[in-house]
Order: sequence, then C-alpha cells, then structure tokens
Amino acid sequence: MSGFRTLLYKEIIRFWKVLMQTVLAPVLNAWLYLLIFSHVLSAHIQVYPGVSYTAFLMPGLIMMSLLQNAFANSSSSLIQSKMSGNIVFVLLPPLSNFEFFAAYLLAAIVRGVVVGLGVLLVGLLFTNLQFAHPFWILVFALLASAAFGALGIVAGIWADKYDHLAGVQNFAIMPLTFLSGVFYSIHSLPTFWQGVSHYNPIFYMIDGFRYGFHGISDVNPWLSLAVVLPVALVLAWIALQLIRSGYKLRN
Amino acid sequence: MSSAIRLRGLEKRYRSVHALRGIDLDIAEGEFFALLGPNGAGKTTVISVLAGLARPSAGSAEVMGFDVVRDYRETRRNLGVVPQELVYDAFFTVREMLTFQSGYFGLRHNDAWIDELLATLGLADKANAYTRTLSGGMKRRLLVAQALVHKPPVIVLDEPTAGVDVELRQSLWAFIRRLNREGHTILLTTHYLEEAEALCQRVAMLKEGRIVALDRTDNLLRSEEERRLELVLSSDDLPDSLRGRVLSQDGKCFVLNLPEYGELEAILAELRLAGVGVAEMNLRQADLEEVFLKVMERAG
Repeated sequence: MSGFRTLLYKEIIRFWKVLMQTVLAPVLNAWLYLLIFSHVLSAHIQVYPGVSYTAFLMPGLIMMSLLQNAFANSSSSLIQSKMSGNIVFVLLPPLSNFEFFAAYLLAAIVRGVVVGLGVLLVGLLFTNLQFAHPFWILVFALLASAAFGALGIVAGIWADKYDHLAGVQNFAIMPLTFLSGVFYSIHSLPTFWQGVSHYNPIFYMIDGFRYGFHGISDVNPWLSLAVVLPVALVLAWIALQLIRSGYKLRN
Repeated sequence: MSSAIRLRGLEKRYRSVHALRGIDLDIAEGEFFALLGPNGAGKTTVISVLAGLARPSAGSAEVMGFDVVRDYRETRRNLGVVPQELVYDAFFTVREMLTFQSGYFGLRHNDAWIDELLATLGLADKANAYTRTLSGGMKRRLLVAQALVHKPPVIVLDEPTAGVDVELRQSLWAFIRRLNREGHTILLTTHYLEEAEALCQRVAMLKEGRIVALDRTDNLLRSEEERRLELVLSSDDLPDSLRGRVLSQDGKCFVLNLPEYGELEAILAELRLAGVGVAEMNLRQADLEEVFLKVMERAG
C-alpha cells in the first residue's frame, strides 16, 4: 500500500508545485468565460425557468474545467516522464500494475476536483447557486474526472510527443465539450446536432451534474448515470489493460 | 553458493531486431561481475529484462531466485538499477526524489539511510537543491543513491562512469567496492575495460546477443596473450640468438616475445655478452582491451 500512497502523493505534489499553471490558470479561464458570457448573455437568455443564465452556465463550466484538467494531469505527467526518461523511477520499484494505475487515476481526480472547486468558488462571486441534489453533484464530478483521468492515462501512454496529446485535446475533447451543452441547453440546437449530442458522453456528464445544482436537466439523471458510469469503467479498464500489457512502458 | 542472477536461454526480440539470442549465465552472490561488449551487443537489454523494463521473448531470468516476470515484486525489491541515461525529475529536490523512491519500495522512515547515502556520495549539501540544478556528475551520483534506497542485495550499473571525470569515477568505484565487500552482488556494464579489469572477478563478453567469452578476469588475461618485453637498447642491432623473438622494432626500441618470466635472465645475459646496453626495460602483459578485441574478432 505504501508504494501506491507515495506515487499518489508524488503525483499530487507534482501539479501542486506548478499551481499557477495547473489550477489557477484554468480557474482564471473560467472566470473570464463567466465575466463575458454572463454579462453579455444574461439579459437575453433564460434556459430553464427561474434559473439565471449565469447560474445555468456554472455547472457546465465547472464540469468542463474539471474534465479537461483530470485529462491533463495524467496525460502530461506520463508523457513528461516518458520523454525525459524518469518514468524508470516508477517502473523499477515493486509497484503493481493496479497501484500504478490507481495512483495516476486518483491524482487526476484530485486535480479535476480541485480545479472544479476553484471554478465553483469564483462562480459564487457572480451568482447564487443552489445545490439541489449534492449527491448527484458529487457522483458526476467523480465519475467524469475518473473517466477523463483514465483517458489521460491511455493518451499519455500512447502518445510519443506532446503534439499527439494536443491532437487528442484539440480534435476530440474540445469539440466534444463544446457540443455538450456547456453554454446552452442542447434543446436550443438544430435537430441534427441535438441528435449528435445524444451520442456525446460529455453531454450526460454535464447534464447530470447540472441536475445536481438546479434540479432541472435535459434528460433524467439516472439515464446520465447509466451512460457515464459505463464510460468511466470502460476507459478505466482500457487504461489498466494498457498498463498490464507493458505497451510503450515496458518494451 | 546460490546465484544472485540466473539467466537461462534468455532471448529478446524487438520487432526487427534479435537483441538476445539465448543467454545462459549465473552470477553468484557477492560477485563483482562485468558484462562487456560493443554497442548493440545486448548488454542494456539484459539489464532491462532483469529490471522488468522489457519482457523476455523466451527463456527465463531470475534475481535472488525470483523470476523477473512471475515474482516481479520480489525481483525488484532485490534489485537496484543505475540506468545508463542521465535521467532526473525536474519537479523535485534531491531529498524528495530519495524519499519518493524509498516510498515506492514501501520504506516510510528511511531518512537515516538517505542521509548516509547523501554523505557518502558527496550530495549532502545538495539535499534541498532541485535536481535540474545539479551538474552531470551529481545527477549520476543521485541515480546511484536512488538505486540504493532499499539496500538491494543485487546492484546493476549500466555504464555508470560514461562521461564522468576521473575523481568522481574513483570515488564512485571506492563506494561500489565497499558495497561489494559488504556482500552486495555487483553487475556492471562498461566501455572502460580497464575498470572491469581492475574491479571484476569475472567478465562475460557479449556480441550480437550471444556470450562469446565467460571466465575469470585473470584467466582471460592469461589465455590470450603472452608477455612482452619492451626494450630500448644502446644499439639498433640485436644478437642473432634473440632475433627470433622480435615482434616489432623501431630504431633502438624492440618488442620481444617473452613466454616465461624465467627467460628474462637469459635474454639479459645474451645482451650483456654482445655488449649491448639496456637503456629502458618494460614488461607488459595483455590487458583486457586486447583480450576483448581478439575475442570480438574471433567471434566475428
């Protein structure tokens, strides 16, 4: 157990030491989004009755920051260690594959949740948020950061250079995030894009998360859970199998 | 005595490269052993397999009786590896690196040993420095310290003195020798053959994934070459009786063949008789480098 705890601790310290880049920057980003969008759009849009646009936007922004940072944590840590060669420091000790996996995953979840909390605190400066169903908030925060932490492990192991990671971030995660209802209800999209959004797991992460705050959502939170839980499990399973196989790590 | 390292029919194939073609090797506990060979011979691959950084394609490898694949946890607890590449983690200080490394091995309160390592390796005043600020030699010593945090019975050093200055090299070897005296088994790869000659009881020479020579260092040295006598004489002409021994001549400098020490007396007597004075005399034995080159040539 102690080997696992050390690796987890080291992975958390690693991002904490560069707080400016790993936590404060994404929080500032979210603050800018809030400043602009809530100012410009508040007066014009009300997605759900009785919920201001800023309050509607908040859960989406929190979730977006959370999953991007969970992904960034595991993927950038792995690729940095691979490229600099210091990955051997964690490959030589008697850590099991599962310990290795769990440490990187949990550190990613911690980073995601810390950034999410930061965005939440900043958001509270702009608007009053309700916490209608805290349990759902927690469930979706943890599952989404786990899913993207696991995806980050997969991408970090697979990528041979930073460019590969940037590819995943810019050509998969960003489009999926923007087409997931961060800034709007997907009901306001054209029918075709509404249909597409229903195949986007990030949509369910945000929708379920939003339900936790406002008690209103596009789909039933249980349906969101039924999508997000298997997605997280499958991604985690792939990450673990990849570590077990030694792919690009032990060969 | 039982084996610290045991390789049986060990093979490793990368996509297009057959890096190891069936290696059998036993290294006893407490030995100081060198693995020699030209670049690409498979030295680092052997180490990678032992360390669990590469999986064997066929055959087996054991460390202190534990199989590197099946019992990987026990193997890694028994093994300390100093990698060839000068790697470090720029995020952390020297002490943090050593504390983490201890933690990975399940050691939580290792400060006394860490302090001793730092002092012995001359890093005590750098304990709180970030690793990126260390010089190359210091990074190398930190790698040695990291490999030793868990006091492994078997220590593997992959080219530990590549690009390291003489002073550091000597202090490093003094330390490794001490560890060997204290009972640690040492496996070393090096390009500096004089180091292997001075330090190691046995050596194996690798070429293209095969062991082409494996013996005690002194046997290898004896086997390959007869002794030579280098002379600088007062004349550039030798007595007839000695001409048969000449291996090479450059003016008044001669290199003579000397199969037995006993013959030295007779050679000097011949020279005296012929009135030839001896200005300089040198007895030279084959060094490991010559043996190495010959073995490699024969195996070619």
